[in-house]
Amino acid sequence: MSTFLGIPRRREADDEPFGPLPHPHEPLRWGESFPRAAKAALGNTQLRRNLAHATTTIRDKRARVVAEVPDWEALRDAGSAVKQQVLAELPELLARLEQSVTERGGVVHWARDADEANRIVAQIAEAKGADEVVKIKSMATQEIGLNEALAARGIAAIETDLAELIVQLADDMPSHFLVPAIHRNRTEIRDIFLARMAGAPADLSDAPRELATAAREHLRRKFLSAKVAVSGANFGVADTGTVAVVESEGNGRMCLTLPETLVTVMGIEKLVPTFTDLEVFLQLLPRSSTGERMNPYTSLWTGVTPGDGPQEFHLILLDNGRTKVLEDEVGRAALHCIRCSACLNVCPVYERVGGHAYGSVYPGPIGAILTPQLTGPSGAQSAGHDDPNASLPFASTLCGACYEVCPVKIDIPSILVDLRARAVDADRGRLVDPVAAAMKAASWAMSDAGRFAGAERAAALTHRVGGKDHVVRRLPYPGSLWTGSRDLPVPASRSFRRWWADRKESE
Amino acid sequence: MRIALAATCIADTLFPAAPQAVVRLLERLGHEVVFPAGQTCCGQMHVNTGYVAEAVPVIRNHVRTFAPVADGEWDAVVIPSGSCTGSVRHQQAMVARRVGLDELAATAEAVAARTFELSELLVDVLGVTDVGAWFPHRVTYHPTCHSLRMVHVGDRPLRLLREVEGLDLVELPAAETCCGFGGTFAFKNADVSGAMLADKTANVRATAADVLTAGDMSCLMHIGGGLSRQRSGVRALHLAEILASTREDPTPLPAATFSEMTTA
Ligand code: SF4
Repeated sequence: MSTFLGIPRRREADDEPFGPLPHPHEPLRWGESFPRAAKAALGNTQLRRNLAHATTTIRDKRARVVAEVPDWEALRDAGSAVKQQVLAELPELLARLEQSVTERGGVVHWARDADEANRIVAQIAEAKGADEVVKIKSMATQEIGLNEALAARGIAAIETDLAELIVQLADDMPSHFLVPAIHRNRTEIRDIFLARMAGAPADLSDAPRELATAAREHLRRKFLSAKVAVSGANFGVADTGTVAVVESEGNGRMCLTLPETLVTVMGIEKLVPTFTDLEVFLQLLPRSSTGERMNPYTSLWTGVTPGDGPQEFHLILLDNGRTKVLEDEVGRAALHCIRCSACLNVCPVYERVGGHAYGSVYPGPIGAILTPQLTGPSGAQSAGHDDPNASLPFASTLCGACYEVCPVKIDIPSILVDLRARAVDADRGRLVDPVAAAMKAASWAMSDAGRFAGAERAAALTHRVGGKDHVVRRLPYPGSLWTGSRDLPVPASRSFRRWWADRKESE
Repeated sequence: MRIALAATCIADTLFPAAPQAVVRLLERLGHEVVFPAGQTCCGQMHVNTGYVAEAVPVIRNHVRTFAPVADGEWDAVVIPSGSCTGSVRHQQAMVARRVGLDELAATAEAVAARTFELSELLVDVLGVTDVGAWFPHRVTYHPTCHSLRMVHVGDRPLRLLREVEGLDLVELPAAETCCGFGGTFAFKNADVSGAMLADKTANVRATAADVLTAGDMSCLMHIGGGLSRQRSGVRALHLAEILASTREDPTPLPAATFSEMTTA
């Protein structure tokens, strides 16, 4: 079994081929800049096959079940409107949630950042004398590096979601919200189980059924012995204090009912105002995320119910950068996200490079707008050009596929463009940047037709270098970035503008 | 109708055959085409790369040049590009507001309201799907991302192509997947862009089409650049070049990937 020390470390050679990623210090900022990490990922053919297969399957499933819903667009509008309201009234709604949870016998904690949240969880576990906690897959606890923090205090966190278990056993990092081991295929999973899962049958095959059974037996022992469970939350209802977790495997239901103590870590934006608002999201989420009409398990609990389920309930409300994101008029829409992962599955960039290239537990299009906002504005406060997260807003072609599927209508391309502008502005004057110089020159030429026509005349002189095909096949850097895989057409010998003028003259 | 043509900076400089075909097509349909000489670029490249301050004068120039359409001097502005149309509709006013130029933003919105992508102009404004074209070749159509998801041209280009006499339209597999261009993305993330391009060209080649067409020269420059590099023998022509082609005045298939300027 692996232990999590919470610091980057070299692994033993016999750890291969698992765990290509040492656990990073910062779950929201690790690895190299996106272009470099992506380049490495592109070279991993197995990863490419796994990803292409998995994303295409989920994508098609989603498209089918969404097409069945006649009022899908109205549902998206409703989801977006509720989330807008939540962000507009966040302080009042949070206070209301705290009150409702407390009235129903729960304990509410406030955590400004990851350290505070981790400390609260650890203290609760320690108070219960638990050296093991079972966990429901949760992005919030990934974001704060809870498992590593608990390990540092001698508490083992056991992931009970099958895919998350695979990631944990392999000492790997998740690469997707919903299917964190999307980068693995079943043969790799069999190998991981055999090498790392105590009690895995020696003759385990890679049949999904056998793999699931082996994991189930392994986990059942943990469910029955654990005193403390830790979960995230998909939704928290301000009015009633109800917390909701949506899942497919039933492991969550086990965690939420068997242990005596339940600790839930919830990002403050996961609120909905009223119980009836759940109606909208419980339709949007399963169809967008797993492509199912309904998810198999929806667990809702409200405080503590005597004699039924956990008799102690703690709700930790996590900020960790969210209020800062909220301050930004454009960027705050990223807080609408319900982590359905639809945008990952349709993203042509994600499909080719996978989640790890984004260097954050939040990958894909939403990660590209959320991560840099949570970790601080790229350029100014952070490490500027050297911050790997500064490259994230540029990790998109702006094709818009993410916006089209997002169940809460986050206009990801527009936010990407806005973040790019901020990155550029923050870098102004910092260094001599050839791109910035080119952009300035282009702006000068393109804001006046006379100057533009002059530039075109100059460009037309290069027409000859294109030869018979009118293309250039090889250019020095940075043109080589283009000509590495494509020919570049040369400027026409006569621009359209000239042709038009000549035509008018001859009339 | 009197229609002002925004040729786009890329086509003006690199692919004049595309706007030229727009002129041929619209004039054949009995409309008057004007080319406002002050035009340069819509500002999209600067906006999308994050150079907002630099985008402002470019946007101002575009809005000023085409402002007469709001006063009725022309009936419409046509742009043979989905992404430039998208930029005019969704970015220009937003950028102007962001820097506090409310008046410019208002004019930009008025111009945008009369600005149409080519297939929109033909189908919605001029009410034609059969433009009387003849193009006896096997063609596949790539719906560019911005025409699809920003401008929502839907199946208008396909409806136009289906009416072209002699044209053998083959469906492009995974047509709606981005080709990997994304402006400066092709440079900043050259490797990912190249991987996306490889899949797109593979799909184009799988159709055995003679010609790949689209409504955007920028995307065609990218995919066509890949097809040219692979010596695939597939040409990349703008939708307008196909729609402009008739028995009397056929658009010739270029010897290489892209059309050269003809002298009509
Ligand atoms: S941004 Fe939208 S599509 Fe992406 S995970 Fe969040 S809710 Fe889902």
